[in-house]
Amino acid sequence: MAEQKVREFKGGGPGGPRVRGPKPKIENAGQLFLRMMKYLLKSYKWHLLIVVICIFGGVLANVQGTMFTKTLIDEYITPLIGATHPDFGPLAGAIATVAGFYLLGILASYLYSRIMVNVTQGTLKNLRDDMFQHMQSLPIGYFDTHAHGDVMSMYTNDIDTLRQMISQSMPQFLQSIITVVSVLASMLVLSIPLTVLTLVMVAVMLVSTKKTASLSGRYFIAQQRDIGALNGFIEEMMEGQKVVKVFCHEEESKAQFHELNENLFDSAHNANRFANILGPINAQLGNVSYVLCAVAGGILALNHVGGFTVGALASFLTFNKSFNMPINQVSQQMNSIVMALAGAERIFKLLDEKPEPDDGYVTLVNAKMENGTLTETEDRTGIWAWKHYHKAEGTTTYARLQGDVVFDDVDFGYTPEKMVLHNIEMFAAPGQKIAFVGSTGAGKTTITNLINRFYDIQDGKIRYDGININKIKKADLRQSLGIVLQDTHLFTNTVRENIRYGRLNATDEEVEAAAKLANADGFIRRLPKGYDTVLTGDGGNLSQGQRQLLAIARAAIADPPVLILDEATSSIDTRTEKIVQDGMDKLMRGRTTFVIAHRLSTVRNSDCIMVMENGRIIERGRHEELLEQRGKYYQLYTGNQIA
Amino acid sequence: MIKTLAKHVKEFKKDSIATPIFMVLEVIMETIIPLMMASIVDSGVDDSNMKHIYLMGGLMFAAAGFSLFCGIMGGFFGARASAGFARNLREAMFCNIQRFSFSNIDKYSTAGLVTRLTTDVTNIQNAYQMILRMFMRAPSTLICAMAMSFVINKKIASIYLAAVIFLGICLFFIMRRTTRYFNMVFQKYDDLNASVQENVSSIRVVKAYVREEFEKNKFKKASENIYRMFVNAEKILVLNTPLMQFTVYGCILLISWIGAHMVVAEGLRTGQLMNLLTYCMNILMSLMMVSMIFVMVTMSSASARRIAEILEEEPDIKNPENPDYEVEDGSIVFEDVDFRYHKNGEKPVLKNISLSIKAGETIGIIGATGSAKTSLVNLISRLYDVTAGKVLVGGKDVRNYDLETLRNQVAVVLQKNVLFSGTILENLRWGDKEATEEACMRACRLACADEFISRMPDGYHTYIEQGGTNVSGGQKQRLTIARALLKKPKILILDDSTSAVDTATEAKIRKAFAEEIPETTKLIIAQRISSIAGADRILVMEDGRIDGFGTHDELLAENEIYRDVYESQTGGNADFDQDGGEL
Repeated sequence: MAEQKVREFKGGGPGGPRVRGPKPKIENAGQLFLRMMKYLLKSYKWHLLIVVICIFGGVLANVQGTMFTKTLIDEYITPLIGATHPDFGPLAGAIATVAGFYLLGILASYLYSRIMVNVTQGTLKNLRDDMFQHMQSLPIGYFDTHAHGDVMSMYTNDIDTLRQMISQSMPQFLQSIITVVSVLASMLVLSIPLTVLTLVMVAVMLVSTKKTASLSGRYFIAQQRDIGALNGFIEEMMEGQKVVKVFCHEEESKAQFHELNENLFDSAHNANRFANILGPINAQLGNVSYVLCAVAGGILALNHVGGFTVGALASFLTFNKSFNMPINQVSQQMNSIVMALAGAERIFKLLDEKPEPDDGYVTLVNAKMENGTLTETEDRTGIWAWKHYHKAEGTTTYARLQGDVVFDDVDFGYTPEKMVLHNIEMFAAPGQKIAFVGSTGAGKTTITNLINRFYDIQDGKIRYDGININKIKKADLRQSLGIVLQDTHLFTNTVRENIRYGRLNATDEEVEAAAKLANADGFIRRLPKGYDTVLTGDGGNLSQGQRQLLAIARAAIADPPVLILDEATSSIDTRTEKIVQDGMDKLMRGRTTFVIAHRLSTVRNSDCIMVMENGRIIERGRHEELLEQRGKYYQLYTGNQIA
Repeated sequence: MIKTLAKHVKEFKKDSIATPIFMVLEVIMETIIPLMMASIVDSGVDDSNMKHIYLMGGLMFAAAGFSLFCGIMGGFFGARASAGFARNLREAMFCNIQRFSFSNIDKYSTAGLVTRLTTDVTNIQNAYQMILRMFMRAPSTLICAMAMSFVINKKIASIYLAAVIFLGICLFFIMRRTTRYFNMVFQKYDDLNASVQENVSSIRVVKAYVREEFEKNKFKKASENIYRMFVNAEKILVLNTPLMQFTVYGCILLISWIGAHMVVAEGLRTGQLMNLLTYCMNILMSLMMVSMIFVMVTMSSASARRIAEILEEEPDIKNPENPDYEVEDGSIVFEDVDFRYHKNGEKPVLKNISLSIKAGETIGIIGATGSAKTSLVNLISRLYDVTAGKVLVGGKDVRNYDLETLRNQVAVVLQKNVLFSGTILENLRWGDKEATEEACMRACRLACADEFISRMPDGYHTYIEQGGTNVSGGQKQRLTIARALLKKPKILILDDSTSAVDTATEAKIRKAFAEEIPETTKLIIAQRISSIAGADRILVMEDGRIDGFGTHDELLAENEIYRDVYESQTGGNADFDQDGGEL
């Protein structure tokens, strides 16, 4: 019920359409980038310093090599031409020197790529860990209001784009900048006019890149939109494929699919078309730049303007090429950087989500009775006590955990504008069974969400053993409550570990005892590997009833004094249901139980029945009392009598 | 696998051929340009021949222009070919899935099918474009540059050849190891993401049991493990760059040394030497590119395999050759029917079923989970084929009917039912495209859906969200019943379709059925005795066989299982809630 209410303000369910409009423009790309850098530097300051130095070294070695081409021809080869006894000694020396530089360059580039592997993977690991850690601390409301698919895509897509950015784009960016600067300096030394010419061509390149990018950008947005529409349709149709078959609706869905598929083809092909030509345009502009410099340089060299030599021209042309290449690369990396920053934005948004507040200071401790007073102890005694520190008096009192729950004029709404519970008043004495009945959306599940503080109430008070639950530490509060939800969630692990989830230090015997209590022992033993059978895919290989039995066993092993149960048995056949019911009954014995009831027997045996409608308790009392009132309960009851 | 996929290039063959041709032309131009460049230096600058410089410069402009043209054309055709190929693959997969029978569908999970149609196709699209544009480009660069080097100087060119072979061998080993590692890492990586998914969907359990720390530790361990595996894989991959640099630099130095001797002794021109150095770069770069493409292609081969699987899947239920288009009446006969889901399945789901149902009868079906109630009714509209024996509808074997005819006459309301995004009317018209609004409203009255529809703000034009999330379970069930009724079927099968409808409304629906569509044969699977007690006859299923078949009173007297269920439901375990378990 809560889910239905909540879904109204979340963007589609877990399997909802992944239609997302055009990628939002990043408002503060600079800030995001800085934050990302800070995050990197936090753990890898020294690593990154070495990386920067290595990149520097690598680039310098490269430039040295290029400079060598110039000196090779002019200083070592040209003088040898025509000599009768050419002396190759100087050349050998020069080559040895350059070889040294090269070796350093190779070493530097290996070192930096090797370090970057650790930096990249380490940062991703840190991010993943931080995200997961933080996610565990978020309130249930976060999960109810965010599509699970969107949360997942942060762990997959967004992390993947960041990988690209950290491992490739950023070093390349740095490398490109260093290269551009150092090459520019070398070019200026060789020839100012040719440098100007090269720069003019670079400007042309940048303009053409921008033009093409904006052209393709429009189609990329269209492509995203069409992918979203098509994926949404595919998800829906695959989900309903059997219905399609039953209604012979194949041709219609094919036709619909065809239309969406055509749209995507159009936008995808246009988007890629423009993205594809960016490379060739820049490459050829680079060639033109090269030709222009060659011609101009040729003229300069022929006329010996400013002592410009053929060898200098050769070097310059190499520089020309190594100047254009990084610019080309940067323009191509731009796209992936923008995408990564968009991913970083989403990740940081998750990390910035406010964690579940917990101001509670009352804790749950093991206790024992000593001379009529409750004292704290380390051992598991089976007796629990609330440890309550009173700040004003500076004293600590212990109150025995009993399972007495009181709602005092509670109001609640998932959003402040829309209240779903009004003036809820109720009390449950230890060991009592309170049943909630009423139609869908009356607010039954919502009440149970409040006791364990999955959601916090807007007004009124909830007291647990006389203590305001806001004062109890959330972890301790929840530990004292057992919950069996109607959707059973199991984890990829053995049956045994799934039951043990209720109490991590339970022994194997205790696990089996709990399973026996829940009537789960029988079917578990029939599984191929008994308690050690590994469940996968949320226990998909078990039936609904079996899954519920495991959930009951899990609650049983936790052995909490207060139990919140959601009886949902409609998808179980009558005989299995009997087993489940019996298991639940055994579990409820001796505990304060709040049960969202669906079974007549549960309702009849309850100490108090709350009849809910539109977020209010409209009738309350025992079965017989309520029948006498001849109100809503009477209607519900008689309306369902079997003829 | 590749053959299966390649078939779907179809009308984009032209583009797929044109792309590499243009790419090769572009490469040839790119190789010629440095030649002209050399000519400028050697014949122009050295001989002080300005005319020659202008001539060559002009030619180079032309070559660059032509190269640009080729590059653009290659880009255009490549985009068209790959987007088109992706389109065809998607279309072919979707159409084949439409042909799937239920047992074909059962083989795949919904998520699996969606991934194949979306992510996998995108992977293939990218890989295909890469192959068309780069795979041809890189080797042809290599060959052209190599050829040119040989033209200029055989001796130096053979250094390249040695370098290429050396680098090629090294890259081969590096790539082979990394692809193997990466395949392993990605598997683990998927597992990690699956565990996050599990955590997100079970967050209520995690929080209720205060297991945040436990989950954190579990995740941390897994994430640590992934980190180590990724580092180990990439550690090898980063050897690429230094190896490449080593070879390039080595070549440059060697050529400088040998080249210098040749310039002096054998008259190698300085321009030519420059060219050789440029080619050196080109050759080794392209080799590097080939190796990267190779990695990417291997990575996308998993996608290719998954797509091919769908394309090759043969639907196991097909229309007969000379089908019957007329269903006589709504009578149903099972003759010695055996059924199993898998041909070699261990245990038959249905054994030796023989029964006969007259047209217009109302039959209730009851039995425990796994007693094969659903399997039984699914055979009637031929959603699955019997393993042995036969099922007759209207006196003819269901395998003789045209599938569409049969399924239009045998309407099934599935247990796991689905509404589609669209208005209520649009959803209803799945049953009958031509249905008027009045006809739709009548069907909804029969299914007791009209009362809640009329309370909705937009009535019959209310928009149903994907998956029907904005209607309750009971409402959804009633809508799906109305949708089936619009088919005006001769046989109507309700597979646990009123479980979320309260008993009073359910009774109303039953009454409407009896009065309004008396000639339709009705099969009702239910858990509640009250849903079927009033049926003409009741079928009690147990473990794949018929345990009893008779009226309520007969079964109560004779059938133990039936009596058991009856007693349990009228006793303390009776159903209380108004809307059943939908929440």
